[in-house]
Amino acid sequence: MLALRSLAVYTALFSFAGILPLVAQANDIAQFKVAKGSVYVERGGQRIAARVGTALQPTDAVITGADGSAGIAFIDNSLLSLGPNSVLAIERYAFNSTTHEGAFDAMLRKGTLSVVSGKIAKQSPDAMKVKTPSSILGVRGTEFLVQTRD
Amino acid sequence: MRGYCAALAVAASILGGCAAPSRDLVVLLPDKDGKVGTVLVQNPKGSTELNSAYAAASSAPDGVRRETVSKSEVGNVFGGALAAQPPRPISFVIYFESGTDEFTERSKQEVKRLLAEMARRQAPDITVIGHTDLVGSDPSNDALSLQRAERVKAILVSMGVPAERVSTAGRGRREPLVKIGDGVPEARNRRVEISVR
Repeated sequence: MLALRSLAVYTALFSFAGILPLVAQANDIAQFKVAKGSVYVERGGQRIAARVGTALQPTDAVITGADGSAGIAFIDNSLLSLGPNSVLAIERYAFNSTTHEGAFDAMLRKGTLSVVSGKIAKQSPDAMKVKTPSSILGVRGTEFLVQTRD
Repeated sequence: MRGYCAALAVAASILGGCAAPSRDLVVLLPDKDGKVGTVLVQNPKGSTELNSAYAAASSAPDGVRRETVSKSEVGNVFGGALAAQPPRPISFVIYFESGTDEFTERSKQEVKRLLAEMARRQAPDITVIGHTDLVGSDPSNDALSLQRAERVKAILVSMGVPAERVSTAGRGRREPLVKIGDGVPEARNRRVEISVR
Protein backbone atom coordinates (compact mmCIF):
# COMPACT_ATOMS: atom_id res chain seq x y z
CA MET A 1 0.00 0.00 0.00
CA LEU A 2 2.75 2.36 1.03
CA ALA A 3 4.84 1.37 -1.98
CA LEU A 4 1.86 1.87 -4.25
CA ARG A 5 1.25 5.32 -2.82
CA SER A 6 4.93 6.27 -3.22
CA LEU A 7 4.77 5.12 -6.79
CA ALA A 8 1.69 7.25 -7.39
CA VAL A 9 3.44 10.26 -5.90
CA TYR A 10 6.54 9.58 -7.91
CA THR A 11 4.53 9.20 -11.11
CA ALA A 12 2.72 12.43 -10.38
CA LEU A 13 5.98 14.25 -9.72
CA PHE A 14 7.56 12.85 -12.81
CA SER A 15 4.65 13.66 -15.11
CA PHE A 16 4.64 17.26 -13.91
CA ALA A 17 8.42 17.56 -14.04
CA GLY A 18 8.54 18.17 -10.31
CA ILE A 19 6.61 21.41 -10.44
CA LEU A 20 3.53 20.30 -8.59
CA PRO A 21 3.91 20.36 -4.84
CA LEU A 22 5.29 22.92 -2.45
CA VAL A 23 6.74 25.35 -5.00
CA ALA A 24 4.47 28.29 -5.67
CA GLN A 25 3.45 28.87 -9.27
CA ALA A 26 1.99 32.07 -10.64
CA ASN A 27 -1.41 30.45 -11.16
CA ASP A 28 -1.61 28.76 -7.76
CA ILE A 29 -4.88 29.76 -6.14
CA ALA A 30 -4.98 27.67 -2.99
CA GLN A 31 -3.12 25.19 -0.83
CA PHE A 32 -4.07 22.13 1.14
CA LYS A 33 -3.71 22.80 4.86
CA VAL A 34 -5.35 19.51 5.84
CA ALA A 35 -5.21 16.22 3.92
CA LYS A 36 -6.28 13.08 5.78
CA GLY A 37 -6.74 9.63 4.26
CA SER A 38 -7.06 9.46 0.48
CA VAL A 39 -7.20 12.89 -1.13
CA TYR A 40 -6.57 13.54 -4.81
CA VAL A 41 -6.38 16.44 -7.21
CA GLU A 42 -7.65 15.87 -10.73
CA ARG A 43 -5.88 18.10 -13.22
CA GLY A 44 -5.97 17.76 -16.99
CA GLY A 45 -7.26 14.18 -16.80
CA GLN A 46 -4.59 13.08 -14.32
CA ARG A 47 -5.13 12.15 -10.71
CA ILE A 48 -2.47 13.31 -8.27
CA ALA A 49 -2.25 12.39 -4.58
CA ALA A 50 -2.61 15.57 -2.53
CA ARG A 51 -0.89 16.29 0.76
CA VAL A 52 -0.48 19.26 3.05
CA GLY A 53 1.21 22.02 1.03
CA THR A 54 -0.02 20.81 -2.39
CA ALA A 55 -1.20 23.77 -4.48
CA LEU A 56 -4.40 24.04 -6.49
CA GLN A 57 -4.95 25.74 -9.83
CA PRO A 58 -8.15 27.00 -11.47
CA THR A 59 -10.24 24.16 -12.96
CA ASP A 60 -8.71 21.51 -10.65
CA ALA A 61 -11.07 19.09 -8.92
CA VAL A 62 -10.53 17.71 -5.42
CA ILE A 63 -11.59 14.17 -4.57
CA THR A 64 -11.73 12.50 -1.17
CA GLY A 65 -12.08 8.76 -0.59
CA ALA A 66 -14.17 6.95 2.03
CA ASP A 67 -11.44 7.62 4.60
CA GLY A 68 -10.53 11.07 3.26
CA SER A 69 -11.03 14.70 4.25
CA ALA A 70 -9.33 17.87 3.08
CA GLY A 71 -9.02 21.52 4.10
CA ILE A 72 -8.00 24.13 1.54
CA ALA A 73 -7.10 27.81 2.01
CA PHE A 74 -7.47 30.07 -1.05
CA ILE A 75 -5.40 33.19 -1.70
CA ASP A 76 -8.41 35.44 -0.95
CA ASN A 77 -8.69 33.69 2.47
CA SER A 78 -11.72 31.62 1.45
CA LEU A 79 -11.57 28.33 3.38
CA LEU A 80 -13.17 25.20 1.91
CA SER A 81 -13.13 21.76 3.47
CA LEU A 82 -14.46 18.43 2.29
CA GLY A 83 -15.69 15.40 4.20
CA PRO A 84 -15.31 11.81 2.97
CA ASN A 85 -16.55 10.56 -0.45
CA SER A 86 -16.66 14.05 -1.91
CA VAL A 87 -15.89 15.63 -5.26
CA LEU A 88 -15.44 19.39 -5.58
CA ALA A 89 -14.71 20.98 -8.97
CA ILE A 90 -13.21 24.46 -9.07
CA GLU A 91 -14.91 25.79 -12.18
CA ARG A 92 -13.54 29.31 -12.05
CA TYR A 93 -11.26 31.26 -9.75
CA ALA A 94 -9.90 34.76 -10.24
CA PHE A 95 -8.80 37.23 -7.58
CA ASN A 96 -7.33 40.71 -7.94
CA SER A 97 -5.37 41.28 -4.75
CA THR A 98 -5.38 45.07 -5.23
CA THR A 99 -9.12 45.63 -5.80
CA HIS A 100 -10.41 42.35 -4.29
CA GLU A 101 -12.54 41.88 -7.39
CA GLY A 102 -12.79 38.29 -8.46
CA ALA A 103 -14.89 35.30 -9.41
CA PHE A 104 -15.20 32.00 -7.59
CA ASP A 105 -17.42 29.18 -8.93
CA ALA A 106 -17.22 25.76 -7.32
CA MET A 107 -19.38 22.68 -7.90
CA LEU A 108 -19.90 20.04 -5.21
CA ARG A 109 -20.60 17.01 -7.38
CA LYS A 110 -21.00 14.77 -4.36
CA GLY A 111 -20.33 14.62 -0.66
CA THR A 112 -20.06 17.33 1.97
CA LEU A 113 -18.47 20.78 1.94
CA SER A 114 -17.89 23.46 4.53
CA VAL A 115 -17.31 27.03 3.32
CA VAL A 116 -15.95 30.13 5.04
CA SER A 117 -16.08 32.80 2.37
CA GLY A 118 -13.19 35.23 1.91
CA LYS A 119 -12.32 38.52 0.28
CA ILE A 120 -13.94 37.78 -3.10
CA ALA A 121 -17.43 37.36 -1.61
CA LYS A 122 -16.89 40.26 0.77
CA GLN A 123 -15.99 42.65 -2.06
CA SER A 124 -18.90 41.77 -4.35
CA PRO A 125 -21.87 39.71 -3.20
CA ASP A 126 -22.42 38.00 -6.56
CA ALA A 127 -18.81 37.03 -7.19
CA MET A 128 -18.88 33.68 -5.37
CA LYS A 129 -21.17 30.81 -6.32
CA VAL A 130 -21.24 27.30 -4.96
CA LYS A 131 -23.28 24.84 -7.01
CA THR A 132 -24.73 21.42 -6.45
CA PRO A 133 -26.21 19.32 -9.28
CA SER A 134 -29.66 20.75 -8.43
CA SER A 135 -28.96 24.27 -7.19
CA ILE A 136 -26.86 27.42 -7.21
CA LEU A 137 -25.93 29.15 -3.96
CA GLY A 138 -25.34 32.87 -4.04
CA VAL A 139 -22.83 33.57 -1.29
CA ARG A 140 -23.26 36.84 0.59
CA GLY A 141 -21.14 35.40 3.42
CA THR A 142 -19.90 33.81 5.38
CA GLU A 143 -20.07 30.31 6.84
CA PHE A 144 -22.23 27.51 5.54
CA LEU A 145 -22.41 23.80 4.78
CA VAL A 146 -23.47 21.98 1.63
CA GLN A 147 -24.30 18.34 1.03
CA THR A 148 -24.86 16.85 -2.40
CA ARG A 149 -26.82 13.63 -2.12
CA ASP A 150 -26.71 10.88 -4.70
CA MET B 1 -25.76 11.20 7.33
CA ARG B 2 -28.07 8.56 8.83
CA GLY B 3 -29.54 11.10 11.22
CA TYR B 4 -30.50 13.45 8.44
CA CYS B 5 -31.95 10.66 6.26
CA ALA B 6 -33.95 9.43 9.25
CA ALA B 7 -35.20 12.94 9.98
CA LEU B 8 -36.25 13.37 6.36
CA ALA B 9 -38.00 10.00 6.38
CA VAL B 10 -39.95 11.04 9.47
CA ALA B 11 -40.82 14.39 7.89
CA ALA B 12 -41.87 12.63 4.70
CA SER B 13 -44.16 10.24 6.55
CA ILE B 14 -45.78 13.12 8.46
CA LEU B 15 -46.30 15.03 5.21
CA GLY B 16 -47.97 12.00 3.71
CA GLY B 17 -45.08 10.39 1.90
CA CYS B 18 -42.80 11.65 -0.79
CA ALA B 19 -41.15 9.98 -3.73
CA ALA B 20 -37.88 10.85 -1.96
CA PRO B 21 -35.83 12.36 -4.74
CA SER B 22 -32.41 12.95 -3.24
CA ARG B 23 -32.26 16.50 -1.98
CA ASP B 24 -29.12 18.57 -1.72
CA LEU B 25 -28.85 20.29 1.66
CA VAL B 26 -27.54 23.74 2.64
CA VAL B 27 -27.12 24.94 6.24
CA LEU B 28 -26.08 28.46 7.25
CA LEU B 29 -23.79 28.65 10.27
CA PRO B 30 -23.03 31.55 12.60
CA ASP B 31 -19.65 33.13 11.90
CA LYS B 32 -16.87 32.80 14.48
CA ASP B 33 -17.65 36.33 15.72
CA GLY B 34 -21.32 35.45 16.22
CA LYS B 35 -22.63 37.28 13.14
CA VAL B 36 -24.64 35.41 10.54
CA GLY B 37 -24.26 35.92 6.80
CA THR B 38 -26.64 35.21 3.93
CA VAL B 39 -26.83 32.45 1.34
CA LEU B 40 -29.37 32.50 -1.47
CA VAL B 41 -30.36 28.96 -2.51
CA GLN B 42 -31.75 28.87 -6.04
CA ASN B 43 -32.86 26.28 -8.56
CA PRO B 44 -35.08 26.50 -11.64
CA LYS B 45 -38.20 25.80 -9.56
CA GLY B 46 -37.65 28.16 -6.66
CA SER B 47 -35.36 29.95 -4.25
CA THR B 48 -35.00 30.83 -0.61
CA GLU B 49 -32.71 33.10 1.37
CA LEU B 50 -30.99 31.72 4.46
CA ASN B 51 -30.04 34.46 6.92
CA SER B 52 -30.25 33.06 10.44
CA ALA B 53 -28.03 30.61 12.32
CA TYR B 54 -28.76 26.99 11.38
CA ALA B 55 -31.36 28.02 8.79
CA ALA B 56 -31.43 25.23 6.22
CA ALA B 57 -32.85 24.48 2.81
CA SER B 58 -32.94 21.46 0.54
CA SER B 59 -32.95 21.44 -3.22
CA ALA B 60 -34.14 18.88 -5.76
CA PRO B 61 -35.52 19.09 -9.30
CA ASP B 62 -39.00 19.75 -7.86
CA GLY B 63 -37.86 22.91 -6.07
CA VAL B 64 -36.25 24.44 -3.00
CA ARG B 65 -37.77 24.09 0.45
CA ARG B 66 -36.89 25.11 4.00
CA GLU B 67 -35.66 22.43 6.38
CA THR B 68 -35.10 22.27 10.11
CA VAL B 69 -31.86 20.70 11.22
CA SER B 70 -30.53 20.24 14.73
CA LYS B 71 -26.92 20.80 15.72
CA SER B 72 -26.50 17.06 16.22
CA GLU B 73 -27.74 16.36 12.67
CA VAL B 74 -25.26 18.95 11.41
CA GLY B 75 -22.54 17.11 13.32
CA ASN B 76 -23.60 13.75 11.89
CA VAL B 77 -23.68 14.90 8.29
CA PHE B 78 -20.88 17.46 8.24
CA GLY B 79 -18.55 16.35 11.05
CA GLY B 80 -15.83 15.21 8.63
CA ALA B 81 -15.87 18.44 6.61
CA LEU B 82 -15.96 20.61 9.74
CA ALA B 83 -13.06 18.74 11.35
CA ALA B 84 -10.98 19.35 8.20
CA GLN B 85 -11.42 23.15 8.20
CA PRO B 86 -8.07 24.90 7.91
CA PRO B 87 -7.20 27.26 10.76
CA ARG B 88 -8.53 30.79 10.29
CA PRO B 89 -6.16 33.25 8.62
CA ILE B 90 -4.57 35.72 11.05
CA SER B 91 -3.26 39.20 10.22
CA PHE B 92 -0.27 41.02 11.66
CA VAL B 93 0.33 44.75 11.10
CA ILE B 94 3.78 46.25 10.60
CA TYR B 95 4.89 49.90 10.67
CA PHE B 96 8.15 51.48 9.58
CA GLU B 97 9.94 54.17 11.56
CA SER B 98 9.06 57.36 9.70
CA GLY B 99 11.24 57.85 6.63
CA THR B 100 13.35 54.73 7.24
CA ASP B 101 13.59 51.09 6.25
CA GLU B 102 13.42 50.04 9.92
CA PHE B 103 10.43 48.45 11.61
CA THR B 104 9.21 50.22 14.72
CA GLU B 105 10.06 48.48 18.03
CA ARG B 106 6.48 47.30 18.39
CA SER B 107 6.51 45.94 14.84
CA LYS B 108 9.67 43.94 15.55
CA GLN B 109 7.69 42.17 18.30
CA GLU B 110 4.83 41.71 15.84
CA VAL B 111 7.21 40.01 13.40
CA LYS B 112 8.25 37.61 16.19
CA ARG B 113 4.59 36.77 16.77
CA LEU B 114 4.15 36.27 13.01
CA LEU B 115 7.05 33.81 12.85
CA ALA B 116 5.71 31.93 15.88
CA GLU B 117 2.30 31.69 14.22
CA MET B 118 3.89 30.36 11.02
CA ALA B 119 5.76 27.75 13.04
CA ARG B 120 2.45 26.60 14.58
CA ARG B 121 0.80 26.04 11.18
CA GLN B 122 0.99 23.26 8.61
CA ALA B 123 2.51 24.48 5.33
CA PRO B 124 1.80 28.16 6.09
CA ASP B 125 1.71 30.67 3.26
CA ILE B 126 1.44 34.41 3.68
CA THR B 127 0.33 37.46 1.72
CA VAL B 128 2.14 40.71 2.50
CA ILE B 129 -0.30 43.56 1.78
CA GLY B 130 0.81 47.19 1.60
CA HIS B 131 -1.59 50.02 2.51
CA THR B 132 -1.19 53.79 2.11
CA ASP B 133 -2.91 56.79 3.62
CA LEU B 134 -5.45 58.88 1.71
CA VAL B 135 -2.96 61.31 0.17
CA GLY B 136 -2.54 61.03 -3.60
CA SER B 137 -4.14 59.10 -6.45
CA ASP B 138 -5.04 55.42 -6.74
CA PRO B 139 -2.30 54.52 -9.25
CA SER B 140 0.50 56.15 -7.27
CA ASN B 141 -0.72 54.63 -3.99
CA ASP B 142 -1.10 51.20 -5.60
CA ALA B 143 2.53 51.35 -6.70
CA LEU B 144 3.72 52.71 -3.35
CA SER B 145 1.83 50.10 -1.32
CA LEU B 146 3.20 47.27 -3.46
CA GLN B 147 6.74 48.63 -3.01
CA ARG B 148 6.28 48.60 0.77
CA ALA B 149 4.95 45.05 0.62
CA GLU B 150 7.93 43.94 -1.48
CA ARG B 151 10.29 45.55 1.03
CA VAL B 152 8.69 43.65 3.90
CA LYS B 153 8.82 40.43 1.88
CA ALA B 154 12.56 40.94 1.31
CA ILE B 155 13.11 41.45 5.03
CA LEU B 156 11.08 38.33 5.93
CA VAL B 157 12.98 36.28 3.35
CA SER B 158 16.27 37.54 4.81
CA MET B 159 15.00 36.26 8.18
CA GLY B 160 14.55 32.79 6.71
CA VAL B 161 10.95 32.73 5.48
CA PRO B 162 10.96 30.75 2.18
CA ALA B 163 10.29 33.20 -0.69
CA GLU B 164 7.93 30.80 -2.45
CA ARG B 165 5.63 30.89 0.61
CA VAL B 166 5.25 34.69 0.39
CA SER B 167 3.09 36.63 -2.07
CA THR B 168 2.70 40.39 -2.12
CA ALA B 169 -0.19 42.74 -2.83
CA GLY B 170 -0.61 46.51 -3.01
CA ARG B 171 -4.02 47.53 -1.75
CA GLY B 172 -3.27 51.24 -2.18
CA ARG B 173 -5.63 53.57 -0.33
CA ARG B 174 -8.70 51.31 -0.50
CA GLU B 175 -8.63 50.01 3.06
CA PRO B 176 -7.63 52.74 5.51
CA LEU B 177 -7.34 51.60 9.13
CA VAL B 178 -8.37 55.08 10.29
CA LYS B 179 -11.09 56.62 8.18
CA ILE B 180 -10.25 60.29 7.80
CA GLY B 181 -10.69 62.93 5.12
CA ASP B 182 -9.30 62.59 1.61
CA GLY B 183 -5.83 64.08 1.36
CA VAL B 184 -5.15 64.00 5.13
CA PRO B 185 -1.78 62.40 5.94
CA GLU B 186 -2.17 59.65 8.55
CA ALA B 187 0.74 57.51 9.71
CA ARG B 188 -1.50 54.75 11.08
CA ASN B 189 -2.80 54.07 7.56
CA ARG B 190 0.71 53.70 6.09
CA ARG B 191 1.15 50.12 7.11
CA VAL B 192 1.88 46.63 5.89
CA GLU B 193 -0.45 43.81 6.82
CA ILE B 194 0.67 40.19 6.77
CA SER B 195 -2.04 37.61 6.39
CA VAL B 196 -1.02 34.09 7.46
CA ARG B 197 -2.92 31.09 6.13
